[in-house]
Amino acid sequence: MAKDMSYDGVMSRRPEIIFTSAGIDFSKFERGGVVFDYEAMMESTGYTPDKIREVQSNASVGNTPIIELRNLTELARRYSSPGSGARIFIKDEAANPSGSFKDRRAATAIYHAKRAGYKGVIAATSGNFGAAVASQAAANGLKCVIVQECYDSRKTGQPEIIEKARKCEAYGAEVIQCTVGPELFYLSLRLLEETGYFSASLYSPFGVAGIETLGIELAEQFTTLIGRGPDAVVCTNAGGGNLTGTARGLLKAGCETRVIGASVNLAGLHMASDTNFNKKSFTTGHTGFGIPFATWPDRSDVPRSAARPLRYMDRYVSVNQGEVFYMTELLANLEGLERGPAGNTSLAAAFALARELPEDSVIVAQETEYTGAGKHVSPQLSFARKNGIEVAFGDPNDEIPGQSIILPDDPGMIQAREIDLNKLRASLIRHAKDAADRDLSDGDIEFLAVETRTDVEYVLKTLNTP
Amino acid sequence: MIKKGEWVSIKKTLLEPEERTGRLPEETKATPFTLWVKGRLTEDAELGGEASVITRTGRLESGLLEEANPMYQLDYGFFLDELLRIGDQARNILYGGDERG
Repeated sequence: MAKDMSYDGVMSRRPEIIFTSAGIDFSKFERGGVVFDYEAMMESTGYTPDKIREVQSNASVGNTPIIELRNLTELARRYSSPGSGARIFIKDEAANPSGSFKDRRAATAIYHAKRAGYKGVIAATSGNFGAAVASQAAANGLKCVIVQECYDSRKTGQPEIIEKARKCEAYGAEVIQCTVGPELFYLSLRLLEETGYFSASLYSPFGVAGIETLGIELAEQFTTLIGRGPDAVVCTNAGGGNLTGTARGLLKAGCETRVIGASVNLAGLHMASDTNFNKKSFTTGHTGFGIPFATWPDRSDVPRSAARPLRYMDRYVSVNQGEVFYMTELLANLEGLERGPAGNTSLAAAFALARELPEDSVIVAQETEYTGAGKHVSPQLSFARKNGIEVAFGDPNDEIPGQSIILPDDPGMIQAREIDLNKLRASLIRHAKDAADRDLSDGDIEFLAVETRTDVEYVLKTLNTP
Repeated sequence: MIKKGEWVSIKKTLLEPEERTGRLPEETKATPFTLWVKGRLTEDAELGGEASVITRTGRLESGLLEEANPMYQLDYGFFLDELLRIGDQARNILYGGDERG
């Protein structure tokens, strides 16, 4: 009998498909519904940080430079009180083979896929991860399919995503471009079943362990440069893997730095909306992924996500689209570094946060990404204008996602706006309670305290608050 | 008529609106879930007509023939005067003097 290829039919085979394609038996880590053994899952890859560094080094991934942004630092100090204005650095992840830190995630996954005997890999991603998977697959002689959410129903596509398709095809990948909707996951499952390829999920332990090296490098590079770790590391936050991996790496290197998440504010835009799809100018690194994935990591395409940012985040801020585009121009004009806009989300936040810190402290935006036609301030703002978005100078606080992009009248207007971590923690705790659909045990409550980086009393208080 | 062996793009409706998942905004649910993929035509085909292709990974896919020899339509967009003004203002703040207006 032919297999049932309907939405429900394929989704009902999800556990077997994931088991076959992920290279990991996730069920081994379950401990009764709410609780699972996160650390055992992370260790199940069998790769130590040293081994991952070796794998990445052989693939020319990692060991990217840190660059001090002296002119941007000077500019931030013009808007700081005397004695304030931290030294601002970036880690130039654009120096990786496919132009972003995502090579770290892909290198580990593809190395494993090849060793495990898979003939190809599949990833569902519209962003830099697709290019990274395609690049590493090419270097390892594996076939590659990248599935993108790319177009609205009129076949109008985000220029940044169309550029990513071009880049993936340049590496020899097959690119499937879809209309808006969560059925992307259904299509990926169909393809995994059809091909028997490895599922290179962003949220697998391979995908997150691969970023730990970024945190370790930061600790080592700053110890060499200033004799200690940086005072704050700002990570652009979407699915949570970037922040989780970086923070874990810093901890493994014994570095007690503050880890700050930053996302582009897209409040009010529905991510699965056909009509809102082209009203945004950032396709990742935004609150539309950052907040839902922080409050419920297991919504991802694996049963248990390795990306759990609330375990590691000291602080979470948002910046506006206009501020990030503006910062991208400042980076080019003041530092001679032309990089992609999305990668500068953390830098826009770092510029604002530097003003609060003492002059002798160090703040790092931990990534940059490549830029090019389509994936650049100019085509992305042009696309916004074509879609009826107002692009103007003004007060960034007046920006309304989907209606306007406000470029700050003055650099001093760039702000990092606080996202209340307590609200996100409460949301995660309530999600867990709803998913369990029973009274939570002591073990469940202890687990949720770890998940939210709080304590048992905090979790109990949250559960008892209507 | 596009010849067998040409590199083309095809369009395929994977899920009709009524076959889509329930958890969708109305405007999305009203449209089919559609995909586009490229490959070499397995037989001669007409633009807009049924076609099959072999993709870059060697998979067989079928759909409606949309475009032959598809090109990348990517550029740097319009000229945006705002971008010049951002750089000039920042240089003036830091280095002063040279007012270029």
